[in-house]
Amino acid sequence: MSRDADMTMFAAAGAAGKAAPTGQGIPERESARTSSYSVVSRPGGGLVGRIIPVRMYAGRSRVMLERSLLTTRTIKWTLISGFFEPLFYLLAMGAGMGSLIGTVEGPTGPVAYAAFIAPGLLATSAMNGAVFDSTTNVFFKLRYAKTYDAMLATSLGPVDVALGEIGWALGRGATYAVTFEIVMLAMGLVHSPWAILAVPAAVLIALGFAAIGMAVCTFLKTLQHLDWVTMSLLPMFLLSTTFFPLSVYPRAAQIVVEAMPLYHGIEMVRALTLGAVDWSMAGHVAYFLAMAVVGVWVTSRRLEKLLLT
Amino acid sequence: MTAEGVETIIAARGLTKSFRVKGGETVHAVRGVDVTVCRGEAFGFLGPNGAGKSTTMRMVACTSPRTGGELTILGRDPDTDGVAIRDRLGVVPQQDNLDEDLTVRENLYIYARYFGYPRAYCRAKAAELVEFAQLTDKAEARVSQLSGGMQRRLTIARALVNDPDVLLLDEPTTGLDPQARHVLWDRLFRLKQSGVTLVLTTHYMDEAEQLCDRLVVMDGGLIAAEGSPAELIAQYSTREVVELRFTPGEQAAAEDAAAALAARVEVLPDRLLLYTDDGDETLAAVTAAGIAPLSALVRRSTLEDVFLRLTGRSLVD
Amino acid sequence: MRQWRPYFVSGLVEAVGGPALYLLALGLGMGTLVNRNGSAALGGASYVAYIAPALLCAAALQIAFSECSFATFGRIKWRRTLWGITATPITPEIAADAHVMFISTRLTLSAVLYYLVLLVFGVAGGPAGVLMIPIAVLSAMAVGVWILALSATIDDDAAVVFNLVMRFGIVPATLFSASFFPIEQLPWVIRPLAWLSPLWHGNELARDAALGGLSAWRVALHLAVLLALFVAGFVVARHRFRSRLAS
Repeated sequence: MSRDADMTMFAAAGAAGKAAPTGQGIPERESARTSSYSVVSRPGGGLVGRIIPVRMYAGRSRVMLERSLLTTRTIKWTLISGFFEPLFYLLAMGAGMGSLIGTVEGPTGPVAYAAFIAPGLLATSAMNGAVFDSTTNVFFKLRYAKTYDAMLATSLGPVDVALGEIGWALGRGATYAVTFEIVMLAMGLVHSPWAILAVPAAVLIALGFAAIGMAVCTFLKTLQHLDWVTMSLLPMFLLSTTFFPLSVYPRAAQIVVEAMPLYHGIEMVRALTLGAVDWSMAGHVAYFLAMAVVGVWVTSRRLEKLLLT
Repeated sequence: MTAEGVETIIAARGLTKSFRVKGGETVHAVRGVDVTVCRGEAFGFLGPNGAGKSTTMRMVACTSPRTGGELTILGRDPDTDGVAIRDRLGVVPQQDNLDEDLTVRENLYIYARYFGYPRAYCRAKAAELVEFAQLTDKAEARVSQLSGGMQRRLTIARALVNDPDVLLLDEPTTGLDPQARHVLWDRLFRLKQSGVTLVLTTHYMDEAEQLCDRLVVMDGGLIAAEGSPAELIAQYSTREVVELRFTPGEQAAAEDAAAALAARVEVLPDRLLLYTDDGDETLAAVTAAGIAPLSALVRRSTLEDVFLRLTGRSLVD
Repeated sequence: MRQWRPYFVSGLVEAVGGPALYLLALGLGMGTLVNRNGSAALGGASYVAYIAPALLCAAALQIAFSECSFATFGRIKWRRTLWGITATPITPEIAADAHVMFISTRLTLSAVLYYLVLLVFGVAGGPAGVLMIPIAVLSAMAVGVWILALSATIDDDAAVVFNLVMRFGIVPATLFSASFFPIEQLPWVIRPLAWLSPLWHGNELARDAALGGLSAWRVALHLAVLLALFVAGFVVARHRFRSRLAS
């Protein structure tokens, strides 16, 4: 349809006397306005509200989640497929490799190969989802679709946007973790009641990676940079004891692997599903909390520069 | 300009904005702008591409922090109260940035939600604005399925979800055909009648003359002139203009002869513009002086002439 | 078609780093677990030697996918390069041919690099192992031409469609096509699915080139399947290019 035709219809609307909602004298406005101002004057409350200045935060990040939920209709197949990817790995590697390998020495002694890799795949999928949501997704909305420009022309602040996006990434990660664990349970790969904590563990992993991912995203300029981020995930996936235990490596390589964040994620989830909980868990949790703190700190310093320039 | 009892909506004093570009060089996009916009006014920023109009607009929209100077919008400082100010603004950006993942109705609904209105109110508002934008048939269509004109209409409707006190329009009709522009002007005029303050940028002279009570001409990040369209024409141009068109290159020969016949002469690549208070009389003198242009035209002065006078350049190039 | 030149450096890192990483992690790392149980199930080969030909084919498939999906779709839809080209005497069919040639060349280069890495690791097989290069290109393009046809067909939601092809097509194909373990290790109900996978035919041929062991008629059968898929897909792709670009 040509612009002519469109605008003619537009004119018809005007001629028909469809008054534009112009503000003055519309009764709903006062109450709505009052409510939005009260939010503005009392931003969010809690810790976040006290740290972040009013100009950055309207305490309304849940509206961002509402937007994400609205988009699920158009991206539902992408969401559904995200669950299948780790499942394919679990079925192929668990069944095919399992019969080649037999049992592996886990933290509680020899376990079936599938039981060994399942927690690794759970942690990896939490990482992949969080990194994708906080880098690729954010990058395209930022540089190409200009989605955030539109949001920031409203009374939302950059922090509302960032928290909303991280919140969505975590919610999605939690959903995948729950469904994947149900499959693990059905396949008999859960060996301990501690496994119930694998879901919050997956959320923690997602939080750490999402925070770091968003911090990195604030520095990305081109699609090429984005490729590097994606490429950096592959070695972590392949090397962080997803498919074979740390004992396979020489000591020098072990130290490198132990430094990788995904290693701590996998070891944490594996200890929970196999029931080998000890004090080393505190170290893994601390690692991800540190990632989250550093990521949020860098992001909040860079966010204004990134979104409001 | 601020009359007694009229509320000032936007006040800028010595407003500047500088960017660091690649290579460490600093670009001074806005280099010291003073403007005052009052409630109910239609105010225009006029100027060529790169004059600093959009940058100024982004500072007013509180999406771009200023480098220096003072800026107050609705009595508040955007550096500290950006969220509260944006709550009362409607913004139509230069390029439509609709949410491609959502339908027409959802775009309006969620945008109202961004302002913190209750769900029921947002649903009602979205329904109202779908009708206003005449997109009822397309209400459940994805944005990517709309034509360019439809998307522009939706963007403008979207800017009205919060019943803004001030509507900021960055080149609202660029890229639209003449008929569509007239329709849009009509809509904007109605909004102004109902009390909304309009602030717009444009590089179209006719748009500025149609819509603006008052405007500033910007060039190189500075304000070159300020006033109502009529005031600017009276101050910077003559009443009428004689346009003489020549085969490119040949007007040089006529320049000297023409210079004696008018208050001022502008030389364009293919034309001479003779500024005078009586065009017909000047045209007769041109003929008498033996100047033989391809064609000749007498017209009233426009803002284009003001701009040419102020900057020595044609506005749309 | 020189648009990928700026990506050369990171492409090279990817082309050499990727293979080395897979060989180290899966071939040697996971290999230690596999080799404990002897190599009977792998036809006598060490695990790293067993997966090397498959890694080469899988990498070619990955590249073919990205070149035929987003890169090609981008030229048709977003950058509209192809519309400019087909306004000249170049027909949509020639544009399709050029894409197939360009992507095959790109694949060949990557496969050669991959082969060199395999040589360095000592897992490239005998002299016949060099045949893994054309085999990998053929099996990747047998899939690629179909994705080209898809790129010329879809319009909105391309990202979603490609994502689905990746996650429900390429990923499971890579996992279940005797890349990492013989399909005899799978339950018998799943095994016939592997026969449908072009990558399985490619893997079997490439492994035969490097390690030997297939009868002549099986080689002919695998080759015939891949060639038939390729030719049919090519015809469809040319047809789709014409209806997309000449409308």
